[in-house]
Amino acid sequence: MRRSVNMEDSRGRISRRSFLRGTGAAAAGAAALETALASVAEAAADVAGPRVVGPDAAPITLRVNGATRTIMVEPRTTLAEVLRGPLDLTGTKIGCDRGACSACTVLLEGAPVASCSILAIDVGDRAITTIEGLARDGVLHPVQAAFIAHDALQCGFCTPGLVLSCAALLERIPNPTEAEIKAAISGHLCRCGVYPHVVEAVLAAAQARRG
Amino acid sequence: MAAQPQDSLRRELLPSGIAGVSLAQVERTVAADEAPPLAPNADLTLIGKSAPRWNGREKVTGAVRFTTDIALPRMLHARLLRAPLPHARIRAIDTSAAERHPGVCAVHVILGPRGGGTASVSADEDMEATRRVEEPVALYAGMAVAAVAAVSPEAAEQGVRLIKVDWQPLPFVVDMDDARAAGAPVVFEKLHVQAGFGASGLVTAGLPLNGNVRGPATDARGDAAAGFAAADVVVEGEYRTQVQSHCCMEPHGIVADWRADGLTVYMSTQYTAGVREELARSFGLPLNRVRVIVDAMGGGFGSKSTLGYYGLAAVALSRQAGAPVRLVLDRHEEQVDSGYRPATWQRLRIGARRDGSLNAISLLSYGSAGTALGAGVGNVASRLYTCANYEEAHYDVFINAGPGCAMRAPGAVPGAFALEQAIDELAEKLGMDPIALRDRIDASPARREERRIGAERIGWNLRHAAGAETGPIKTGLGMAQSLWGANVQINSACEVRVLRDGSVEVRSSVQDIGTGTGTVLAQVVAEELGLRPEDVAVRIGDTDFPAGPGSGGSRATASITPPARNAAYQVCRQLCALAAPILGVEADDLEARGGRIVSRSDPARAMAFRDAAAKMRTEQFAVLASRADDYAGFRARMGDAAAARNDLGGVHFAAVTVDTESGLVRLERVVAAHDCGRPMNPAQIESQVHGGVLQGLGYALLEERVLDRQTGHVVNADLERYKLPGAHEAPQIDVLLIENYQGFSATDAYGVAEPATIPTAPAIANAIYNAIGVRLRALPMNRAAILAALAAGRT
Repeated sequence: MRRSVNMEDSRGRISRRSFLRGTGAAAAGAAALETALASVAEAAADVAGPRVVGPDAAPITLRVNGATRTIMVEPRTTLAEVLRGPLDLTGTKIGCDRGACSACTVLLEGAPVASCSILAIDVGDRAITTIEGLARDGVLHPVQAAFIAHDALQCGFCTPGLVLSCAALLERIPNPTEAEIKAAISGHLCRCGVYPHVVEAVLAAAQARRG
Repeated sequence: MAAQPQDSLRRELLPSGIAGVSLAQVERTVAADEAPPLAPNADLTLIGKSAPRWNGREKVTGAVRFTTDIALPRMLHARLLRAPLPHARIRAIDTSAAERHPGVCAVHVILGPRGGGTASVSADEDMEATRRVEEPVALYAGMAVAAVAAVSPEAAEQGVRLIKVDWQPLPFVVDMDDARAAGAPVVFEKLHVQAGFGASGLVTAGLPLNGNVRGPATDARGDAAAGFAAADVVVEGEYRTQVQSHCCMEPHGIVADWRADGLTVYMSTQYTAGVREELARSFGLPLNRVRVIVDAMGGGFGSKSTLGYYGLAAVALSRQAGAPVRLVLDRHEEQVDSGYRPATWQRLRIGARRDGSLNAISLLSYGSAGTALGAGVGNVASRLYTCANYEEAHYDVFINAGPGCAMRAPGAVPGAFALEQAIDELAEKLGMDPIALRDRIDASPARREERRIGAERIGWNLRHAAGAETGPIKTGLGMAQSLWGANVQINSACEVRVLRDGSVEVRSSVQDIGTGTGTVLAQVVAEELGLRPEDVAVRIGDTDFPAGPGSGGSRATASITPPARNAAYQVCRQLCALAAPILGVEADDLEARGGRIVSRSDPARAMAFRDAAAKMRTEQFAVLASRADDYAGFRARMGDAAAARNDLGGVHFAAVTVDTESGLVRLERVVAAHDCGRPMNPAQIESQVHGGVLQGLGYALLEERVLDRQTGHVVNADLERYKLPGAHEAPQIDVLLIENYQGFSATDAYGVAEPATIPTAPAIANAIYNAIGVRLRALPMNRAAILAALAAGRT
């Protein structure tokens, strides 16, 4: 493991939350996953108090796509499972369920995270954007429009995650180079072979945003 | 289709030849109800243009529903118990504790003394399942033993853990070489084989089984021995290819809903109509009580063509529980037990004369698809080049691993890896350029043109001699070729429907697995009706519509676009008949274009398409058309499957850099020149070729499923240690398409999926040889392999 993660709580036991952080970091180290790293960083920034929750379902409130949703979840439930299950936001896909493929990418406060590798109860009040929340009032985000125009999708299963990572990239770097785009999507696995068209699409979307 | 009476036939002139090179016309006899000849793409409005993907908006907004997204009321969740040992007999299985779990609703034993509930299995690829019923033996680690349906995924998992199995371990073998040795543990004591389609090609019945080795399956023409005796030059080499996993991003999955009035199945499948037939047969239902639906499909690549063990289990559970059941494999299961491209070993020998003409080819091959059959190396060695004397012998080797199955260009991919390196080796021995040699021995005009334009694009004239560069980082150029049958499924139907408001639907059970079949259907229908693609509602992926082809064998476009066009043409004639009296012209004088029905002789006489539709006597009318035979007949035909007289080609050029100190190979650039008859949608074809190249890149440099010889388990059953190409590995890919008209059908369109991945790995291998002067004959050509080859010196 590249970074040291303290996985033990004050009584020397490994908590589920810190364990998940640790495994997330290991997966990132192995596969160089930007999204997984981001999720670890975000999770580490969360310093919730020693509140005991579970193992039965407990109420949590999530801010998803501008709406506030309160639901009952078991503490073991990942964000991906909550989005796809009770919230019926099935645009978020689960391809590997361990932070290796990035199909489950959503944005937390605008930063891409692997939603399969963060527990729903750890999200707190951070704003979640899923693929369903990217278009505004029926107007596609420039990245979405460019994906269609440049045929940057085939089967479409990895598409939501890719679109969100690329949209986040343009917030961070409005005029990315080809290398920066490749770096931003390097954790996303696609078996159909869309990477070349994704790079084209993001370059075009950046240009479209410049106007 | 029955033979046509003479008076229902007519003669037509159709475009024929390569656009810009040899375009001419060919006369064909066609049936009277066929649409008139379609002009070359340059003269068309929509066909041959890059219309945006029909469901692009749904896919970029997350609205489209994959099988894994289906949630039905009262739906149960299923999990599978899998064998923990690579070879073991079940002495007893006890499911009582699982059945008592409060959340568990149904338990289905697939493999065990109580396994009578398993339906008979028909597909050849599922041969291993036949044995499950006869004898409760697990043949590989991870083989499905039982299935549990429960109110939640967690309860199903708990139920699985409560099943007790008394295992008697048996000796096992997971290495193909070990399995061939005398005294190796035997996977199948006896075997009953029905002829059919195996993992990589046709399987014949009646071949001898000797230990784990079944065969030989042989093919021959001419006299190979005499050919070699008369040869001036002979090359011979041994080639080895690894197991490649499909790695569909959407795992295999099904939601089965068994009801008293029939069975509805949502399935991630490449072949809705085929799965419906399997379900009807397996569960004794008439076809009209079975419905299979797939809206979007997250990758198949050959592995999702049949119902499968998990599909059977889910339906059985739904019947038992009286509720819908969702069964989706997790990533580990996906990598262990959803098929793969079989491993192969080949010894290939080629004899030639000084002028390059081939005298003889001899191919000996062994392949292992685990517990499945048909791990052959295709027919590229037999058919790609002109050679009068040919012989081959192939053996299947059983090991205790999950069954392999068809994967994008089954057989041809490992076959081309050997053949195309051997041809390059021959060229070097003859002192010929690899392209010049192929110009001499390859009869295909399409590939000749592809070699020409590809060589020009990649800068072939700058290619240096093998290993000629000094310094640690070396560059190399290589090329290789593709051959794949232009497959057609005769049993392919399509309906075009017009409603009174002028809106149009195209309906077929054909599914869009990401190739863009729906887009192409909308283009074809809109072209014929003078509308825009977005005016045509695409209703596909549902067996309530006329049965369409499977999306496999590069056959979907070739099979479904001709009936779509013919149906649209008939619809158009009927609308013109309605418009004719209103416009005061003959119906034959009318055509549809620009959203209107227009008189050819007097374009001022016209009416809107929707106004013509408003004259319909009923709210809608529809025309159903099915795939006619190719106008020139077929090269081969077996049941519903046929092969057009012309094959599909394709030539790849690869530019690599090799770091001889680290062994790292970078694929810098690929030029992929392809033909697919009439190209229907260049952007979608380009996308598909990108996929072929990237899968070929993974096969060449990165991917390998690894079985542990000590435990028999898959070591890298995940996406971390099974290395797929990512954005950083993707090279610049230039796709060059030629329009290769044949005058074969109403659209003259054929597929591209498989030709696009066949030549990538050998092109890379030839480029690596050009860079370092050492030939690698085993896959994957990863860092360790490169360094070992360099250390071993020139071969």
